[in-house]
Amino acid sequence: MSARSNILNKLRAGLAGATPRPDDFDERLVTEPWQYPPEERIARLQNLMEAVQTEVHSVRGEDWPETVAGLLARRNLNNLLYAPETGHGTQLGDYWRSTEQAIELLAYDRPVEDWKDTLFWSVDASITGTVGGIAATGSLVLWPDRHEPRLMSLLPPLHIALLRASQIEDNLYTMMQRHNWSSGLPTNALLISGPSKTADIEQVLAYGAHGPKELVVLVIEDE
Amino acid sequence: MSQRIPVTELTGDFRQRAEDALGDDQLRTNFRTAMDSLMTKRADAFPDEEEREGLRELGNRIKARALSRLPDLLEQLETRLTENGVQVHWAETVEEANRLVHGIIERRQGSRVVKGKSMVSEEMEMNAYLAERGIESLESDMGEYIVQLDDEKPSHIIMPAIHKNRRQVSRLFHDHLGEPETDDVNELIRIGRRTLRRKFMDADVGVSGVNFAIAETGTLLLVENEGNGRMSTTAPPVHIAVTGIEKVVQNLRDVVPLLSLLTRSALGQPITTYVNLISGPRKPEELDGPEEVHLVLLDNGRTGAFADAQMRQTLNCIRCGACMNHCPVYTRVGGHTYGEVYPGPIGKIVTPHMVGLHKVPDHPSASSLCGACGEVCPVKIPIPELLQRLRQENVKNPDEAPKVKDGGAKYSRSERLVWGLWQQLNTRPLLYRLFLWGATRFRKLTPAKAGPWTDNHTAPVPARRSLHDLAKDHLARQGGR
Repeated sequence: MSARSNILNKLRAGLAGATPRPDDFDERLVTEPWQYPPEERIARLQNLMEAVQTEVHSVRGEDWPETVAGLLARRNLNNLLYAPETGHGTQLGDYWRSTEQAIELLAYDRPVEDWKDTLFWSVDASITGTVGGIAATGSLVLWPDRHEPRLMSLLPPLHIALLRASQIEDNLYTMMQRHNWSSGLPTNALLISGPSKTADIEQVLAYGAHGPKELVVLVIEDE
Repeated sequence: MSQRIPVTELTGDFRQRAEDALGDDQLRTNFRTAMDSLMTKRADAFPDEEEREGLRELGNRIKARALSRLPDLLEQLETRLTENGVQVHWAETVEEANRLVHGIIERRQGSRVVKGKSMVSEEMEMNAYLAERGIESLESDMGEYIVQLDDEKPSHIIMPAIHKNRRQVSRLFHDHLGEPETDDVNELIRIGRRTLRRKFMDADVGVSGVNFAIAETGTLLLVENEGNGRMSTTAPPVHIAVTGIEKVVQNLRDVVPLLSLLTRSALGQPITTYVNLISGPRKPEELDGPEEVHLVLLDNGRTGAFADAQMRQTLNCIRCGACMNHCPVYTRVGGHTYGEVYPGPIGKIVTPHMVGLHKVPDHPSASSLCGACGEVCPVKIPIPELLQRLRQENVKNPDEAPKVKDGGAKYSRSERLVWGLWQQLNTRPLLYRLFLWGATRFRKLTPAKAGPWTDNHTAPVPARRSLHDLAKDHLARQGGR
């Protein structure tokens, strides 16, 4: 007998004569305490994220590449990892060329194996999009894909994330429902709620454990 | 690190270790401070009692529903994961699980493993198993890394190195990594970051645990703050997740309340920095992520707990650690005193099914039954009730077929005899009165020594007249009856 059938048989024996419990999930319990008027969503997300040392800026539609350039210049950084095939990547690239930015743009356009050393040690910052935000917990939602890979939001010490104000949902439950997560998830879906941190030594909070030391969120006000 | 990592030898039994821990001022301060702070944080994270209780009830129902369909959900999980390209393995024992993990690593000719935090891998003692076979298996959670460097085991399931202070960590980094000593926690974390980043880059295999396995979508959900979990599951070419069979939930939406309960109960955080949902290996067109993802489903006594409708509730546990944070016993003796992988109240009720009650005979009674653990449990496991059940199983005559693995270790014929007499005495009025008559008349004959009780107390002496007699007199005076 295989381990699989042994385990399943034992479990089935334990359930002999019992009926499965009904699915009485009460969605009000996870939605009602976590609902906000649209104008308050940004403020709540911002407050919660700032409480965990995240920088949140509101920017107007087309201005964000300029804000990004400013953020990098102020920190004296040398390069920025970006996803050239995405909409925001194209926009960033155009801005960089037209304004002749000195900071080097690194395109994540080849498998990690081809440049692991650079990715792990030499990238200063990255910029990614998000598929939305969650006001209840102050979280960003990322669905990395072939154009914007998983390590982009993990390896560089500074991660800049673009968030459209209209894509901030009240809570995780509405986020899942609105985008029908249960019908199919990507290889990796992520909620990110601040820069990486640890309190493993004496419960002293330290930022920049293994992931980004800094997280900057640009909330794009779209009309 | 090619030879076996010596695991801290825990000397003596539970009582001896508890006594040692109680005398260790540093240890007690470390735990007291940490537990007080964790309790406050949890309380602050649940400001609305009604909301909290509603959520706990929902959490309990979700787990009860999942357990009532567990075999079907495990099969569904396997089907979905397989469709998604994840390879699913089953193990009845920790030996089997270790063999499976080692087999996967060997097939890839791997020699370097980085691990995210996983209590199941602690159950397996995976690090030692792999080290014996020439494979470096390195913990990457800061706390776990510290504990591993010192050849220790975690003393708390969420805060593994909570028993150490910064000076102890600094000394450890100095001795093992040649780093200058420092009192700055940020600097200590920077050292850990630098050292481990190299390991993430070079690792052949990443190992992680699982917080929730979602049957509906075939998804493994992991929570963490540090990013080491994401590193372990993203950077190496192979990811192996190990988990207990009880971690499966039916639907994706079920994790919404469970996630909120978990992070708020554990750390008082509205959410962890990262919630990582993994549904498959790297697709051909994708540029990073592991090429292979494996899931090892471990039994290790869980089916034994499952077979007993009452003890089955132990499988509700989502490993938040709130019960230990609120336990007056744990706070005073610390995690290592328990001598097992899972310390504290939850450890007392899950360990017997894994190792047998005879190995932890003192655990069920090392509790004041104050009820704090049950009150804070986010999925409403009635821990005090289960502790009482284990106390019963503990003293059963082996002939009575104790229902919990290796129960009956504390069975004693003389104790059983005394309680038998006590029962007779208290269920037969005539016998009881006769006893009272004797006890009050011959009270002077009560022995002065009554076992350990009289080490610190004066011996109990019966009253001159029993309550029964007094009441009779009283009633006679009142009504002339």
